Amino acid sequence: MKNFLLNSIIADIVPQVSESIFRSSGKIYVVVGILTIIFALITIYLIRLDSKITKLEKQIK
Amino acid sequence: MAKIPYKWYKILAILLLSYTLVYGLLIPLPTDVGMLDETIRNLFYHVPMWFGMMLILFAAWIYSILYLQNQNPKHEIIARALTFTGILMGLCGLFTGMFWGYNTWGSPWTNDPKLNGVAVGMTMYAGYWLIQKSVDDGEKKARLASVYNIFIFPLFIALIFVMPKLAKFSIHPGSGESVNFKTYNKTNNMELVFYPAILGWTLFFVWIAEIRARYELLKQRKENEKLFA
Repeated sequence: MKNFLLNSIIADIVPQVSESIFRSSGKIYVVVGILTIIFALITIYLIRLDSKITKLEKQIK
Repeated sequence: MAKIPYKWYKILAILLLSYTLVYGLLIPLPTDVGMLDETIRNLFYHVPMWFGMMLILFAAWIYSILYLQNQNPKHEIIARALTFTGILMGLCGLFTGMFWGYNTWGSPWTNDPKLNGVAVGMTMYAGYWLIQKSVDDGEKKARLASVYNIFIFPLFIALIFVMPKLAKFSIHPGSGESVNFKTYNKTNNMELVFYPAILGWTLFFVWIAEIRARYELLKQRKENEKLFA
């Protein structure tokens, strides 16, 4: 009985099955972190490329 | 200058994409997406590639028309940079779609109106690339490429957007009588990520196109200096 109550409470708190599987281990945050790092590096690369071209444009003008 | 005077659009692109990458992975999903399951998150990464591609190719189309109107070589360079960036986005969409399809349908390519339309459309843009790489005469090349671009863009949209919508059966969402975004989005707020994702990815690739156009302009100016030196 106690278990049944507990389970129904959990079922109410956790609304979506797929979501609970997705985050149950808490490791999705590792993927988020890695994507953030890759995106940050690509962005820094683009910014540097942009500033290099700006410098060249000023030189040639 | 091909440089876009508004610096803020680059910052906006970075902010929107950071939000898309992080919240796109964490947002709670609707429960009724069937076999798609967690892969519905690809809506924030695969789909914006195609939307962004269409927007960028549309901009390239405008610049091709402008070039034919006033023969300003700058416009042709911008049109070329935008078209090549659009093709890059299309390839990103194609490969991500094949990977997604392989894991959902069991095959990277199905005989579907949407996929076949994209195959033909991409071949047409391969023709654009061929013109750019094979014609030597600069002005003739510019005119040929512009006319060709003006000609293929409406056909491309018809092939990948209009025809699949008219098709009776399609396995690809958003075409024929198959499911679409609204089917899945009755209960959840996936548009909270979806629309920022489209804008963010598009602006990010516009930035790449801008860098390419500026590089090509510098190169051309250098060649002209050599010519008149």
